[in-house]
Amino acid sequence: MSIEVRHLTHCYSEGSAMRTVALDDVSLTIGDGEFIGIIGHTGSGKSTLVQHLNGLLKPSSGQILVNGQDLNGEHVNRRALRQQIGLVFQYPEYQLFEETVARDIAFGPKNQGLSQEEIDERVRYAMSCVHLDYEKYSERSPFELSGGQMRRVAIAGVLAMKPSVLILDEPTAGLDPRGRDRILSMLEELHARESTTIVMVSHSMDDMARLATRLIVMAEGKILATGTPREIFAQEEMMLSAGLGVPEAARLCRALRAAGYDLPGDLYRMEELKEHLLRLWSARKSGGKEAQPC
Amino acid sequence: MQTDAQVRLEDVSFTYEEASSPAVSHATALIRPGEFVAVLGHNGSGKSTLAKLMNALYTPTEGNVVVCGYDTADEKLVWEIRRRAGMIFQNPDNQIVATVVREDVAFGLENLGVPTEEMIPRIDKALDAVRMTKYADSAPHTLSGGQKQRVAIAGILAMEPSVIIADEATAMLDPSGRLEVLDTIRMLNRAKGITVVWITHFMEEAALADRILVITDGEIKAEGTPAEIFDRVEEMQQMHLDVPPMTALADVLRKEGMPLRRGILTVEDFVQEVEKVLCPSKSAT
Amino acid sequence: MLSNITMGQYYPVDSRVHRLDPRIKLILTIVFIVCVFLAHSFVGYLLLTAFLIMICRLSCVPFRFLLRGLKPLRMIIILTFLLNLFFTPGEDVWLAFWIIRITREAFLQALFYSLRLVFLVAGTSLLTLTTSPIALSDGIELLLSPLRRIHFPAHELAMMMTIALRFIPTLLEETDKIMKAQMARGADFESGNLLSRARAMVPLLVPLFVSAFRRAGDLALAMESRCYHGGEGRTRLRVLKITRNDWIACGVLALLLALIILEGIFLKGVLF
Repeated sequence: MSIEVRHLTHCYSEGSAMRTVALDDVSLTIGDGEFIGIIGHTGSGKSTLVQHLNGLLKPSSGQILVNGQDLNGEHVNRRALRQQIGLVFQYPEYQLFEETVARDIAFGPKNQGLSQEEIDERVRYAMSCVHLDYEKYSERSPFELSGGQMRRVAIAGVLAMKPSVLILDEPTAGLDPRGRDRILSMLEELHARESTTIVMVSHSMDDMARLATRLIVMAEGKILATGTPREIFAQEEMMLSAGLGVPEAARLCRALRAAGYDLPGDLYRMEELKEHLLRLWSARKSGGKEAQPC
Repeated sequence: MQTDAQVRLEDVSFTYEEASSPAVSHATALIRPGEFVAVLGHNGSGKSTLAKLMNALYTPTEGNVVVCGYDTADEKLVWEIRRRAGMIFQNPDNQIVATVVREDVAFGLENLGVPTEEMIPRIDKALDAVRMTKYADSAPHTLSGGQKQRVAIAGILAMEPSVIIADEATAMLDPSGRLEVLDTIRMLNRAKGITVVWITHFMEEAALADRILVITDGEIKAEGTPAEIFDRVEEMQQMHLDVPPMTALADVLRKEGMPLRRGILTVEDFVQEVEKVLCPSKSAT
Repeated sequence: MLSNITMGQYYPVDSRVHRLDPRIKLILTIVFIVCVFLAHSFVGYLLLTAFLIMICRLSCVPFRFLLRGLKPLRMIIILTFLLNLFFTPGEDVWLAFWIIRITREAFLQALFYSLRLVFLVAGTSLLTLTTSPIALSDGIELLLSPLRRIHFPAHELAMMMTIALRFIPTLLEETDKIMKAQMARGADFESGNLLSRARAMVPLLVPLFVSAFRRAGDLALAMESRCYHGGEGRTRLRVLKITRNDWIACGVLALLLALIILEGIFLKGVLF
């Protein structure tokens, strides 16, 4: 499943004095099996872009092609295409409404017109994806759960539709470290095991460093840069100019290089830094020449 | 009663109605005037309950909470306490009452019965302190999350409190909003000497405090400076709390035999320490 | 976007009418309504019309905004006219065929009754067009505050109005978000018959209520922590002051009332 965005422009309040351009000639491709991270300052157009990907917003101009078909074209089964693309909003727990967890998760599959057996199977599948025990939680009211659990129920509600592409708008916002780690490892698993294409919007560079295979940096409605985390996080100035930071590990790498240490310029994971620092340390201990970085 | 403590918790326990176990149990702590104290804990650890106990929104089932010399259990003192210990909450939308910024800042003053002529300069001063003067006549819903929280801070500030208790005030904000709010509060702490109790689950924010109280399962499990607290890397991880990445990296390297000192929190600390270990000659000069 | 809708029908410009004290405006609106019911002749109705046009000009509210307020009521106004036209007994027959009989008396009554409705709506519209909802709730609170002695919750009522106004944009935004979230799960809010459409609203309304309750709980705590304890001993940032402008307005209305009463005494039955 691939999504191609061609010259997408979106204006809010078109034709009035309040007209604002939220997206300005954005083009990008989301390939099968990718884990894409979209990063950008608030108001950079990330959320607007993401809502176009499953047709909730209509472009002012430009196209969104899903498997080559125009999502907003005339002779297209829009519903069928949209079902392929699951969208999890910010704070999705605020959309829960059913009396039981299972029924809430079943809402999507039910709207897809599946049979009862299939729906049950989907609910079990989705709950296992988000690590909620079916026996224990399916009959509980979603409103009795903790914030992190509610969020997982909401994500399960989208996963139950078995989308080929899963889009999440800041899935870890407002969660504590434990809740955040649960969601992230769940996404990691989903990407590895089901090879679901994932698009995640996030403010956290550390989350991105951990998961994304490709990053898209947005600023003022435009794509500022795209590349692997390694390529992107090596460009600290560009990130700062977009009002963003880089992971701590990348900052440390730059600071150490500035102090004259022999390190590659594009490290961004703690494990990498650990290896390199240990290498320097053991070289220093054995008294080798290149070990004297200063 | 005069004490040198701004907030004093004396063996405080609190159990919600219909709850089987206490949300806060046997908490004892002392917060001194002018301190910036972070209360660090994960969701459901009892940290929010602790905040509400300090503002007399709840009264302890056991023990005493004394704020600015006033015991929160005394119903007659409730308004005195709330005036002196202002509170900011998590959701920026759910604590703004009025339809115009200026009027929201006035809300607390109106409740205290401050005469109108006196209100106006106090509101102006409070808005200026949080750098929101420009938005005095804006409607709250047109502001960003960080701006809304700053309006909430101004509303507290106008009441001229000695303590500000922030209950996860940045949890729903984006990074720039978090920075805005944190900077504002730190400035108030330093420039005006307002005591700050900063309740959070973000270790980055706790790392900026003078002192950290770590709370888990309603108990205060650890207390100390950020360097002291975060050095207990494993203990913190067991409590599902993050430690600053540099502290964690130093910990791992130390285990591999690299003689790095304890108490590293920032990239700058780390670079300095690496210099010492890898190039003693350079760092000596 | 839902967030930039204007609230109520307030027309935000600065005019002499806008600047009037909301309490005075409320009282004067009531006086005007009394005048409408007292008017009994063409002269009376002419006076009322002239008065409305004058206020409309003074308030700088475009005339079409006033008409817009009448639009939802046009069916009722037409119906009032027709019912009175056909069913009022009278002597002076103008037109008669089959069972329909239109008399002079019936025509005049129909005209006056429907005009009365138009005046009532136009008069109250002028109040809401020229008074912001917040000023209105202030005015209501202050006018009703003497009733506090008999335990009428005047302050609470006004506080409720303020909070409602404060949260309308927030809840609108939230509605928009939940709707989109459910649409992303395949919800369909647009098609189907009345029943299925009503059922489709459940996934929207339940989260909205849950959120409204949560917000209410949060807000109550936040208000309490800022020393809110009801209207007792509370001072106000916004103090209403009666100015010369207000006295002039009172004078104008008094004059109108006097003229209408005189018209009632001397002209009653002359043209009706």
